[in-house]
Amino acid sequence: MIDYNNIRPYGDTAGDGKVQLSFTLPVPNDNKGRETAKTLAKKMGLTDLNVAHSGTLDAGFTFYVVYGSVTHSVDYAAIQVQAATGDIMDMDGINTYIREHIRRKVVIVGASTGTDAHTVGIDAIMNMKGFAGHYGLERYEMIEAHNLGSQVTNDDFIAKAKELNADVLLVSQTVTQKDIHITNLTELVELLEADGLRHKVILICGGPRIGAELAKELGYDAGFGQGSFSEDVASFAVQEMVRRNM
Amino acid sequence: MTSKLNLNQDHVSQARKYAKNVADHTQNFINQHTTVATERAICRLLGINGVDELDVPLPNVVVQHLVQHGLLASGAALMLGNAMLATGLSPQEIAEKISCDELDLTAIPMADVAAIADIINQTAAISVDKIYQNRCHRNAMLEKYGDKTEPYLYVIVATGNIHEDITQAVACVAQGADIIAVIRTTGQSLLDYVPYGATTEGFGGTYATQENFRLMRAALDAAGDKAGRYIRLCNYASGLCMPEIAAMGAVERLDVMLNDALYGILFRDINMKRTIVDQYFSRVINGFAGIIINTGEDNYLTTADAVEEAHTVLTSQFLNEQFALAAGLPPEQMGLGHAFEIAPDVKNGFLYEVAQAQMAREIFPQAPLKYMPPTKFMTGDIFKGAVQNALFNAVSIMTGQKIHLLGMLTEAIHTPFMSDRAQAIDSARYIFNTMADLADEIEFKDGGIIQSRVADVLAKACDLLAQIDKNNLFATLEQGIFAGIKRGRDAGKGLDGVVPKAPGYFNPFISMMLEGGAHND
Ligand code: B12
Repeated sequence: MIDYNNIRPYGDTAGDGKVQLSFTLPVPNDNKGRETAKTLAKKMGLTDLNVAHSGTLDAGFTFYVVYGSVTHSVDYAAIQVQAATGDIMDMDGINTYIREHIRRKVVIVGASTGTDAHTVGIDAIMNMKGFAGHYGLERYEMIEAHNLGSQVTNDDFIAKAKELNADVLLVSQTVTQKDIHITNLTELVELLEADGLRHKVILICGGPRIGAELAKELGYDAGFGQGSFSEDVASFAVQEMVRRNM
Repeated sequence: MTSKLNLNQDHVSQARKYAKNVADHTQNFINQHTTVATERAICRLLGINGVDELDVPLPNVVVQHLVQHGLLASGAALMLGNAMLATGLSPQEIAEKISCDELDLTAIPMADVAAIADIINQTAAISVDKIYQNRCHRNAMLEKYGDKTEPYLYVIVATGNIHEDITQAVACVAQGADIIAVIRTTGQSLLDYVPYGATTEGFGGTYATQENFRLMRAALDAAGDKAGRYIRLCNYASGLCMPEIAAMGAVERLDVMLNDALYGILFRDINMKRTIVDQYFSRVINGFAGIIINTGEDNYLTTADAVEEAHTVLTSQFLNEQFALAAGLPPEQMGLGHAFEIAPDVKNGFLYEVAQAQMAREIFPQAPLKYMPPTKFMTGDIFKGAVQNALFNAVSIMTGQKIHLLGMLTEAIHTPFMSDRAQAIDSARYIFNTMADLADEIEFKDGGIIQSRVADVLAKACDLLAQIDKNNLFATLEQGIFAGIKRGRDAGKGLDGVVPKAPGYFNPFISMMLEGGAHND
């Protein structure tokens, strides 16, 4: 019997709470190091600890694999997630929706911005060919899609958006080391606000480490992570346009 | 080595001939042009270093001065040599005077060209000799500790902070790594200058600076001595400062440099004329310095499909080979690239990987082939990732690859943790040992899947090279044949830094380095 008010990890028996974790400590590989690893795991809320492996990485660095049982549990029933707003339509559905509710082509401008050179993600969403059998926005009859490519500065991005009269802006960020994506995404919002443009566009970001919550937090209308397709983005964007009377 | 593939040797020699035509044709363009980066590299090799009070590197100050006075086409060597004769100052002193507006190169009457060449050649000989000594030192260390016969274990460090990188690199050496590559920060390839000094801030990598090179070199020499191995250091001679970084690397005794003839054009939208001219001088320097270059064919497969586009990888290998030969780089220094990037769900994908790797091995028998691990199809499922990497390791040892970039099980998540590298090194050493002589034991079935695949890829590469030969390289790049990426001949970054050479232009290093290359050892 699974107790949904007290969810725990499942090893081989309901409620056993089994987890595996691995980490490196900057200490030598000896008994004292293993005891340190165990103590750390205990502080994370684990019991029945087994330091299954300790490997020397260098004189002062050791890698540990630890198994244990979690003492915590989570009330699954009470968990809330950011629900996707609106319905997800397919390409034809989206074209029809635009024809009926917006009655003109929707202009979408996208880029991989800042110093980021990764294009495969934004291409997957925008290019004609699309990704995994899902056509990209360029293929949509009622969408005018402009993919500006990579390493586009926020300033250039905004200039182009103005020039093209963009309704929707798509920003892709792949490199996240030292939170460079957050700095870059925040800067874009600030520049758009300073320009008085922020409320005139639907602003969407995406990338493998981007989630809906982070996007909202940074002042975006939505964020799309791994495994998203053009339909997901376009469905959201066009419904949001209508909601905002754009 | 006897062929296991029943290679169509006619196709191989035809493909080489087409590639040579393309390189020869492009070389005409190269010989007639210079670039700001080439001239800055010349400045560096003439001993100009340091920055002004605004942190602008002095080589940029000098070259900017030339540009402003319309003298870039005459070249830094001619103008500096002339100033040396007139003032009796060293190039460094001249650069310092230019930076505080105390000297104007245009105000100095032109001296006798032979006298200029004389003084410049004497100055040039100092760094040429230093680089030569570095080459000798490397050879002596390899003699002392012996060199590996199996693939070199290559790992990257990419913390953004050179001191943290050193901690990681030293640990890698203890674990058994042979080559340490310091990955560059995002954005560096588009800087039209090389930052100065030790750096501690970078994203997805660490700035390539001469001081960072020096710090890492010293750390690896020390760690290598302790481990009883010579540890090779790798960086990137690519982007808008390709030849400058090659110069810095040669002076600081780097051993391996990413240095592709086309990568910057395709993946960083750098202008093709700029890249083609820059790659030449950078390769002349690398060739002379005994540095192994790594080419970037693997990158094609991150945007194009590895099954469909395998022939573009081979095509680019042929082109890179010819451009390298034209720059005096011997085959033993050509780390031609390719990668294990076929989707895991392709039936018999492993056989195609073996075919591609064995084909590269047989077509470029002396090249220390650079083999890249799976990256594109790595996911957050690190356990599956470990299996993908194991299969990659198996192909490498079965087909005699040389520069083996270790796959990281966390490839899709972050730049490597210390433990990720240790796991990768451990697994590669296990596989290389347990399969040590497998290559000698196996042959491939006549007309089987592997042989047929190779015949197909080779034939397509041969056709493509014929087409490039007919259209020439620039037109080919405009058509988007590589990695599906189209680039305009006069588009992209850095075009304004390219000029046709004026009469009297000379680069003293080209002849000195071509004549004294590693092939004379
Ligand atoms: C291919 C690749 C490259 C190629 C890129 C070629 C190109 N033209 O894009 C090359 C070789 C050039 C490259 C270079 C670098 N890379 Co890289 N690269 C990758 C790799 C292998 C795959 C990325 C990819 O194409 N995924 C496939 C696409 C389809 O997925 P996606 O991007 O997640 O996109 C989907 C969703 O996220 C979403 N999405 C994405 N963008 C957007 C935007 C919008 C608006 C929406 C709605 C949705 C959306 O939809 C897409 C479809 O579902 C990853 C590792 C990995 N396996 O993930 C590393 C990786 C991303 N790279 C990395 C790094 C560090 C770099 C470099 C910085 C290394 C260096 N120092 O030189 C350089 C980049 C330099 C720079 N200036 O940016 C790191 C990033 C680490 C981090 N989290 O910070 C990774 C994770 C590898 C690693 N472990 O180190 N890379």
